[in-house]
Amino acid sequence: MQTPLPTRAPQAPAIRLESVLVLLGLSLAMAIFAPNFVSLGNFLNILLATSVIGVLAIAATLVLSSAGLDLSLGSVLAVAGVVAGVLGVNLGLPWPLGIAGGLLAGMLLGAVNGLLIARAGIPAFIVTLGMLSAGRGLALLVADGKPVYGLPAALTFLGQGRLLGVPLPVWIFLALVVIFHLILSRTRFGRYTLVIGDNEMAARVTGIDVERHKIWLYVLSGGLAGLAGLLFAARVNAADPTAGVGYELSAITAAVIGGTNLFGGRGTVVGTLIGALIMGVLQNGLNLMAVASFYQQVAIGTVLVLAVWLDRIRDRRKP
Amino acid sequence: MTLLEVKNVTKRFGAVEVLGGVSLRLQPGEVLGLLGDNGAGKSTLMKIVSGVYPPDSGQVFFGGHPIPYPQHSPRQARRLGIEMIYQDLALAKQQDVAANIFLGREPVYRWLGWWPMVDKARMEREAQAALERLGARIPSVRYPVGALSGGQQQSVAIARALSFNPRLVIMDEPTAALAVREVEHVLELIRELKRQGIGVILISHRLPDVFAVTDRILVLRQGRVVADQPTAQTTMQAVVGHIVGAH
Repeated sequence: MQTPLPTRAPQAPAIRLESVLVLLGLSLAMAIFAPNFVSLGNFLNILLATSVIGVLAIAATLVLSSAGLDLSLGSVLAVAGVVAGVLGVNLGLPWPLGIAGGLLAGMLLGAVNGLLIARAGIPAFIVTLGMLSAGRGLALLVADGKPVYGLPAALTFLGQGRLLGVPLPVWIFLALVVIFHLILSRTRFGRYTLVIGDNEMAARVTGIDVERHKIWLYVLSGGLAGLAGLLFAARVNAADPTAGVGYELSAITAAVIGGTNLFGGRGTVVGTLIGALIMGVLQNGLNLMAVASFYQQVAIGTVLVLAVWLDRIRDRRKP
Repeated sequence: MTLLEVKNVTKRFGAVEVLGGVSLRLQPGEVLGLLGDNGAGKSTLMKIVSGVYPPDSGQVFFGGHPIPYPQHSPRQARRLGIEMIYQDLALAKQQDVAANIFLGREPVYRWLGWWPMVDKARMEREAQAALERLGARIPSVRYPVGALSGGQQQSVAIARALSFNPRLVIMDEPTAALAVREVEHVLELIRELKRQGIGVILISHRLPDVFAVTDRILVLRQGRVVADQPTAQTTMQAVVGHIVGAH
């Protein structure tokens, strides 16, 4: 029986319209009520303030899309920062070694997460909760409990330098958004990530090496957290072992506001960018209006729940 | 030449012996009905062939060559031309139809001559052609599979198995979730595979379907072969007797 297929249905959008509307509405409200919100400088401020959490949120998007979880992002961020600091300052090694060491430390902790999750079969929640604690302890051990100050100029340039007037961390963050958006949506690696999160058995029986894939995902997540750690340390010119406490939750919040399914199978990095910007605009605007930070936390929690609620309503309307 | 030969395969899960020395042969273009009660070992036997599990002992030959366990994997099996349609269909429900049909075999092109990117346009075009060949009615290859009906999802699973020139197609309860007209369609498809010289193993509880399309019927009970006869030389009553152990 032959029925002509109707002409193409629209492709699933990379960004949910709702989240863009929320971002625009929020920006409009801030433009009206927050003094000095509309300016190039403030716009760059928002992006700069978003960049560290944003890099972590890219990692969260990848891992959540595979129905995984990485609660150790904030701790790994701190480990990478202090490793770079100790190598570059305390041991006086050349700065590229410090950067490489920080990134490698992040990837190594990610590999430990991935091996325990994929090979030993321990739930990601438990493994990364363990790493949340162990990583923090490691950061304090490596740094001997106190921040490392006076980072090499090349490293601080990474956090404080500007290119065409735009801060370097913003360039790095936006470049990573583009790269990882393409990886998640257009490469086999990205598609398998979503399929594993959608139906792990389907991935297995169609010949996808699920275990190896998961290990690489956590290595990537650790590497991104490491890079975020370098950016953070460079911006504040100190490698602080207590940096990034609770950042993993902000990263997960940004990903979920941006449309990533907490239970896997759906997620886009551009969506996460919007999610992170919603949080950034909210915080920045409320700051400019001199609203106490306690209220900001209430506002972000509310936006998170609202975003998921909207998503639910939309899914229920579909066939 | 024998397409598939299973020799004395055993498998246990913990204390449970699921397969206790099973042997079978399948020729190209032959349709074998694999029957048995729940827990008789049908699915386990087929998952050994399709590379999900290795056997504990025994050998499997495909096209005359021994399958090397435990390196055999679903990926290897598909490379050899062994396709399995699973009872739960093994579809990724949030991904679209085209993605599911090409799962694990996405065509790529080199972006800027370097970065391998999934060729979505080609995937959609070929997925649509595959579905049209099957006569499946799917609104669009861009729909997420979870939005389709049970019969449509079945078509996607079948299209995935048939799109890459298989030599052996294993179907685990392909008609269980289908409407009457859709069942007829699947049976016709099996006949078409037979005409093309593809071997088919059909696992089903629906005896009328099995008798309608198979050449031979093999019954498993408690992990052992209790009957292996040409379909024309047996009756539903006899087969039911073998399944429940009344002989």
